[in-house]
Amino acid sequence: MNKRITFRSNRGYYSFLVEKKTLTVLTMLFVLTGIFLVISVGVGSTIISPIEAMKTLFGYGFDQHTMIIVDLRLPRVTIAILVGAAMAISGGILQGVIRNPLASPDIIGISGGAAFAAVTFITYFSETLSIKWLPLAAFLGALSISIIIYSLAWKKGVTPIRLVLVGIGISTITSSLTTLMIVLSPYSAASQAYIWLTGSIYGSSWEDVIALLPWLIIFIPLAFICGRSINVQELGDDMARSLGSHVQLHRGILVIISVALAGSAVSIGGAIGFVGLIAPHIARKIVGSSFGSLLPVAALIGSLIVILADTVARTAFLPLDIPAGVFTAGIGAPFFIYLLYRNKNF
Amino acid sequence: MMMAVIQTRSLTLSYDTETVIQGLDFTLLENKITVFVGSNGCGKSTLLRSLARLLEPKKGAVLLNGKDMNSLKSSQVAKSLAISPQGPIAPEGLTVFNLVKQGRYPYQHWYQQWTEEDEKMVNSALENTQLTDLMDCPLDSLSGGQRQRAWIALALAQGTDTILLDEPTTYLDLRHQVEVLDLLFDLNKKEGRTIVLVLHDLNLAFRYANQIVALANKQIYVQGKPEEVVTRKMVHDVFQLKCEVSTDPIFGTPFVIPFGKGRNLYESNMSV
Amino acid sequence: MFQLLHTRSLKIIGVIIGVLLLLCTFFLSIVLGATEISLKMAFDSFVSYDSTSTEQVIIQTTRVPRAIIASIIGANLAIAGALMQALTRNPLASPSIFGINAGAICFVVLAISFFPISSLVQLMWIAFLGAGIAALSVYYLGTLGNKEPTPVKIVLAGAAITALFSSFTQGMLVLDEAGLQDVLFWLAGSVSGRSLEMLLPVLPYILVSFILALGLAYHVNILASGEDVAKGLGQRTGLVKILIAITVVLLAGSAVAVVGAIGFIGLIVPHIARFLVGVDYRWIIPYCALVGAILLLIADIIGRFPIKPEEIPIGVMTSLIGAPFFIYMVRKGLRHE
Repeated sequence: MNKRITFRSNRGYYSFLVEKKTLTVLTMLFVLTGIFLVISVGVGSTIISPIEAMKTLFGYGFDQHTMIIVDLRLPRVTIAILVGAAMAISGGILQGVIRNPLASPDIIGISGGAAFAAVTFITYFSETLSIKWLPLAAFLGALSISIIIYSLAWKKGVTPIRLVLVGIGISTITSSLTTLMIVLSPYSAASQAYIWLTGSIYGSSWEDVIALLPWLIIFIPLAFICGRSINVQELGDDMARSLGSHVQLHRGILVIISVALAGSAVSIGGAIGFVGLIAPHIARKIVGSSFGSLLPVAALIGSLIVILADTVARTAFLPLDIPAGVFTAGIGAPFFIYLLYRNKNF
Repeated sequence: MMMAVIQTRSLTLSYDTETVIQGLDFTLLENKITVFVGSNGCGKSTLLRSLARLLEPKKGAVLLNGKDMNSLKSSQVAKSLAISPQGPIAPEGLTVFNLVKQGRYPYQHWYQQWTEEDEKMVNSALENTQLTDLMDCPLDSLSGGQRQRAWIALALAQGTDTILLDEPTTYLDLRHQVEVLDLLFDLNKKEGRTIVLVLHDLNLAFRYANQIVALANKQIYVQGKPEEVVTRKMVHDVFQLKCEVSTDPIFGTPFVIPFGKGRNLYESNMSV
Repeated sequence: MFQLLHTRSLKIIGVIIGVLLLLCTFFLSIVLGATEISLKMAFDSFVSYDSTSTEQVIIQTTRVPRAIIASIIGANLAIAGALMQALTRNPLASPSIFGINAGAICFVVLAISFFPISSLVQLMWIAFLGAGIAALSVYYLGTLGNKEPTPVKIVLAGAAITALFSSFTQGMLVLDEAGLQDVLFWLAGSVSGRSLEMLLPVLPYILVSFILALGLAYHVNILASGEDVAKGLGQRTGLVKILIAITVVLLAGSAVAVVGAIGFIGLIVPHIARFLVGVDYRWIIPYCALVGAILLLIADIIGRFPIKPEEIPIGVMTSLIGAPFFIYMVRKGLRHE
């Protein structure tokens, strides 16, 4: 039985090879995401049955349901999908570039940079500037921290190990500065900053979706295009170079893609931890380590994790709305340790 | 297959401040098997890496068809020569097929990832290395010899005239060492590929090599056909080892017997 | 390896100079701060204490306890770091990198949120428990697989465990906003506002672990040459390793219980000590104690000035000093890369 399907255009100008398993898995994940979406928009302080929710989504529901679903819950679930996908792809790329399954935007300090910038913004500028500038601040933070990490790790090129270690060093600086900022700030700003830090998509609106979407539309396809170059980088720098890959250039581009995705996701959703770490892992277990298959599967798994975490977080302790980040950590960390235990050579 | 003439011109190589190879002029024999030998740290692997453009020369140049390799496009070099590094790494769970497929990287574009040529080359690489049946197995589930064959298959899929291999037999038992070397020998004889190896086992090196290159004191000490260049003095100068050079009773190639201690000599109160 | 003090007598002179430096910084720590205090006043407060003088009261109730705590905790963390680096044969090992601080804090916050706990002794035991669990999990994760535990593996495992514990801590703090501000200052690591009463219940454990550390030094020397070698020399390596681990947890856990998360002292100081006296742990450990105490006192003093009248928590100060050092070490290159 042939396990792969070949796509070739008539004159062979376009050609792709897809594993059948990947297609099956992607279809199943799409269906699952759809189911989760319907369930998630249905639950909350007002419970709407899945069938009613479906009707409403397609525009045939009651008016009050339309208000709850379309204006309140749907944007939040959409954000969950987008943030999850962005974090997962960002983490997947980093794990490939750094060649270590423990790498992820939270651990190597990219999220820390975003968090520091965001808390600075909340503490010092939230009275003078509109809160809609917060995402930009967070993104700039992520970007500048990544530039700092990358240049400190540079010594005739960047080795994956130096990158991750310098990242960890820098992230302790940003996290201690963040703590300092919170300690010194007035109480209300402190608790606002703290909730944001833990990772919450509470109160997401369509405006947030519109703010986040362009980043993903640009960088996710770019990530898929570059998947090929991660594949060869995973064979080691020597092998990648002898196969004709411009290792340092591609590594730089891949890190930029990863930062853009992580930075934009963190700016909207706060530091929702562990998604970037575990989603690529699960994907790798299912479809193997070839990045053409891994990235799309990881993206959908990331979306599923964030929808699930956010749905539980906002419904389990009603009327309390707990940050989704607590749940991603709660589910993610033990699962991650289990993965490490199963997968001993890293 | 692209023809490749590889030469070095007053090549000096160094790590940080320490010079490993000094002013080397050397031309690789085409369509032959060349083996680099030398003591630990003499720069064999360094030289091999620089021939594959993985190490930038301190001075001088490595020439590919008369042109400085560093001035060429990297995909062009990748179509002319392949290298299999020492102790290569692969991500967990990578299958043989997905590994060998990477050999087509220099020929692909993001919109052109699986041409008929790609398919043909990968399939024939798998066949040549007898891995067709194992193509869907994860690399980490294979034996050491099979894994080494998979890396060779990757180089074959790259479709190059020249293949460089850095100690392809390390960590393999004797049977698998012979198996890998036989495979390389066949590739040379049947398809006329240029094979360059770094090997530690001298007697195996002499058996397969058309030419050996012995490195010592940052230079080539001697190069040529094993039968013509291997002498007691040569082994002593290159390895600081006293020995007897005999002839392999079956293959007729030089056979080095290192001096030292030994049980039978001890029991009869003799020494060499 | 470079070593500044070669001979035994030089090392002894070094110790004397170290003690003198410690006394100087100790004294500076008493004198400098938001309320300027003259040298004479400080001296008087010891010789003839006058409870009507504000300055003298400040000295005896705030400044002196603070200086004592800073020096003891500095020594604590430095010795813990040295032992961890020896145990894991990893130059980057230290309480903060291993996630010990995060583990202890998480457990303490958990305990405060869900149980009516007020006594410091109970909190201390909970901190020990958290520290121990974090350290064990990082060590275990870092040694999974058939290869040597490389520095990178341990550092990554530490980062993952730290991320895990700190997100739990954050979650609990979000749920329980009332206690936020207090806990936060403690989280950031601080020696100010700590009275000697907070140190006293922990002190016996600290003393015991100091003695244990010194007693173990000789065995650590042997273990540092590799576990197989140590076994070959007849050492009961299992026992020695467990004793070292217990000492580390006691040292690091008690430090967290008293002052919160203070990072990097445990990373940097052992390297300074090795630079001074070489690889003999019988010298490294006392030097760690001295240098650690001096360094933490200095960090505390510096933190009082930049944003007067507020203070920079000492944990933030040590991160700002320590992280660049960590990055420097990474850039310089690790043996196990």
